[in-house]
Amino acid sequence: MLKTGFQSGFKTGRTLAAAAGLAVTFAAGFAAPASAQDTIKVGILHSLSGTMAISETTLKDVMLMLIEEQNKKGGVLGKKLEPVVVDPASNWPLFAEKARELISKDKVAAVFGCWTSVSRKSVLPVFEELNSVLFYPVQYEGEESSRNVFYTGAAPNQQAIPAVDYLAEKEGVQRWVLAGTDYVYPRTTNKILETYLKSKGVKSEDIMINYTPFGHADWQNIVADIKKFGSAGKKTAVVSTINGDANVPFYKELGNQGVKAQDIPVVAFSVGEEELAGIDTKPLVGHLAAWNYFMSVDTAENSDFIKKWQAFTKNDKRVTNDPMEAHYIGFNMWVKAVEKAGTVDSNAVIDSLVGVSVPNLTGGYSAMLPNHHITKPVLIGEVQENGQFETVSKTPGLVVGDEWSDFLPDSKDLISDWRAPLSCGNFNVKTGKCGGKGS
Amino acid sequence: MHRAFCWLLAAFLALAAPSAFSANLGAADLAPLVRGLGAGSYADTEKALAGLAETGDPAVVPVIEALQAGDLHIRKADGAVVVAKRAGNGYALTDPLTGAALGEADRNAVEKIRINNALRRTISATLGALTLMSPDANTRRQAAEAVFKSRDANALDALNMALAKETDERVRRAMTQARASVLLAGDASDADKIAAVDVLKERGDQDALALLNGTANSVSNGGSDAVKDAATKAIASVEQRLALWGAAQNLWYGLSLGSVLLLAAIGLAVTFGVMGVINMAHGEMVMIGAYATFLVQEAFRQWAPGLFDFSILVALPVAFLVSGAVGVAIERSVIRWLYGRPLETLLATWGLSLALQQAVRSIFGPTNREVGAPSWMSGAFELGGLTITYGRLWIVVFAFLVFGALLVALRKTWFGLSIRAVTQNRSMANAMGIRTARVDALTFGLGSGIAGLAGVALSQIDNVSPNLGQGYIIDSFMVVVFGGVGNLWGTLVGALALGGVNKFLEPYAGAVLGKILVLIFIILFIQRRPRGLFALKGRAVEA
Repeated sequence: MLKTGFQSGFKTGRTLAAAAGLAVTFAAGFAAPASAQDTIKVGILHSLSGTMAISETTLKDVMLMLIEEQNKKGGVLGKKLEPVVVDPASNWPLFAEKARELISKDKVAAVFGCWTSVSRKSVLPVFEELNSVLFYPVQYEGEESSRNVFYTGAAPNQQAIPAVDYLAEKEGVQRWVLAGTDYVYPRTTNKILETYLKSKGVKSEDIMINYTPFGHADWQNIVADIKKFGSAGKKTAVVSTINGDANVPFYKELGNQGVKAQDIPVVAFSVGEEELAGIDTKPLVGHLAAWNYFMSVDTAENSDFIKKWQAFTKNDKRVTNDPMEAHYIGFNMWVKAVEKAGTVDSNAVIDSLVGVSVPNLTGGYSAMLPNHHITKPVLIGEVQENGQFETVSKTPGLVVGDEWSDFLPDSKDLISDWRAPLSCGNFNVKTGKCGGKGS
Repeated sequence: MHRAFCWLLAAFLALAAPSAFSANLGAADLAPLVRGLGAGSYADTEKALAGLAETGDPAVVPVIEALQAGDLHIRKADGAVVVAKRAGNGYALTDPLTGAALGEADRNAVEKIRINNALRRTISATLGALTLMSPDANTRRQAAEAVFKSRDANALDALNMALAKETDERVRRAMTQARASVLLAGDASDADKIAAVDVLKERGDQDALALLNGTANSVSNGGSDAVKDAATKAIASVEQRLALWGAAQNLWYGLSLGSVLLLAAIGLAVTFGVMGVINMAHGEMVMIGAYATFLVQEAFRQWAPGLFDFSILVALPVAFLVSGAVGVAIERSVIRWLYGRPLETLLATWGLSLALQQAVRSIFGPTNREVGAPSWMSGAFELGGLTITYGRLWIVVFAFLVFGALLVALRKTWFGLSIRAVTQNRSMANAMGIRTARVDALTFGLGSGIAGLAGVALSQIDNVSPNLGQGYIIDSFMVVVFGGVGNLWGTLVGALALGGVNKFLEPYAGAVLGKILVLIFIILFIQRRPRGLFALKGRAVEA
């Protein structure tokens, strides 16, 4: 059993050391060979190969670190935690298969995983059917609430809308380019933003929407178009939901064509410290990103986390990013909820998770809400020469995650509350019935 | 040196035009203002900056420049604002106003004064107004450009004065345009404004258009009808000019994309086109070339940071040899057993491509690697109304050089002759004493090596990640099939045509639909002409 988990871990060389380290921990933990009942298994469902490996491998590593830390503290309910790592290989149907394998075969207590929305949608029915628990750590488009999924990343109102507000208020932006990769997250986010901007009195000719395919590499004319759009006499900004590999050529082209942040700032929702690691950031100083966490945040919790992370990966240059913080929060919430419930039984844990509150890394507490989203602060940061973000704005309080956007006609009447009497993910407040649009 | 100039200049200005500046304060009087820069919030810094700008004293220029460069720090011990530059493990401190050395400090003893976008804008506007009299023509021109953007009415006096003394024609033009921009933004007489509109019409670029649009639509700042008329006419003329240049710009983008496709496909034209091997691992050869570039650059960073600009030139032969060697190894170990079995070759090379990707991912990690651009490949220049980035320009040149070199190699060398002999009639070539197996391996190595060269170029514009090759494999096959298998000229024409069509469609159809349309176009084209644009005739085809 232990072997299955580690075999896929061994696929990447870097994990080798980590896995070996864990093996030692286990050996030290149990004098006699442990039987399966003495451990609580935790599934890690992140792509370690294929296109998404670039982002997801890090999350697998951070989960291994968190589990190791917890085991040093004595595990959960007196039992050690045992990570089970599988590799869904950036292949969406495989995500569902691997999720089923984790839940039915390995009998994991909870799964931490997925990055893209399509992978989450692919595993969702599996988790609902087998009644297990998934922690999803990435910012996403909202419009979903499942009893079995806990969304520790940002909903659109915890990232996109505060970012747009910041640009409008602090930078006086009046013209907007909404540029994104062509799939569900950018399309939904841009739809929400478009409605929001129009509700704020922005005219449709002051909004330009542009979609590009995954991995788009030739940005010459799009950047030129942005420059052209930005020279209409009004302050212009780009709101970028460009995802993954396409970002590097996009930012390189911006730098080469001399689009400076002081003239046309670009605020990105999918570019973090990891993505910037592959770019020379000198021409990009001042471009923005909106997240709920930056590595540069100066708190005791954060510097402790970074120190542990760099020690764990044996690399003092490794950066941390927002989805890692989301896993940190999610994992601690799960531990707390399991201890509160006194069991790893899914139903008990799902019920006890709501209302659990744990420290986040930005100097406050995040709480799990009845809609299975969490409260987080929203930070806006500017890119610095060293590839880090410098926080230029932070919401005064915590922002409550809103799964059904108020700016989309289909979802503005929907709420989600998974507590006992209502227990519904799409309750329509107009009709008073559960079941508006999809789940 | 620079400081001495500033002082001379300050003295000169104080004598020449006392009225231009409200006050010329000594270093002692400026000190509290400078100290204010470190007061805390961005708003405080901005206020202090405005105070400094108001003095109009050139002595503040180095202070503001240090703030812009991020060298200005607060000494935590006494709250003094100092210039701190990296020196060993700590910082070497100097006084921002006098330049006097203040000793060294530990990294934790100073705190950087941070700036945000709003401050960056204010800084460049302020610097613009203050450096109009700089002895360096380039600085003066940049200053004029900064004023053009900031449209700061307070800079008008300084601008007039600088204009009166200016002798350099290019700087003069920039200053005249800056003056026009300031005049249009402020309240000048109609005649002045109309003259300003003419100046902007002359400039005729996007920025000028933005200003003219603002003027034509302005009701609030008392724009008279005469000015509006002039602006509207100027807009029409500028727009026409821009539309022309826009078409030229699209052509350039098409050429540039075409050259990237050419680079990616030309290696495939050898392995697939000449040898007939469906090599799905071609993209990975490109990726290996890019990683070779990364390694070469790391070596330069480590041992010869001063020669970094040459790293790309060194990377070219390295990438060629590394990718070529991997190619030969693949041919010897896998492909030679599969000649004449295209389906199995396809599957085997596809598996190889996955294996290579994962191998690179295990060695270098899944994240992007930073490949820097040498200074001669970064930035852009203006050619008329065209913006051409140096990186793209060099890639176009490089693509054609590689194409030419390959053509010569195939036509004029003994090796090329053997390749052609083997592809045309293997058994005959064998009978003539050509070691066909060796030629096969070397040909495959040549194609892979060229893919490695493409990797060097692509590392400049794309991610250096294990997935780099995947993005180009489909496009490469499209180019080769469209151009005509086995014909290098076909590959050239195919690449440029596809690049051009793509860039022509993109503004109308968007990037996603544009790609789909190109694909449909190729499918239809292949229906009509299965052998591509330039079909080979004769025995080689039937073989």
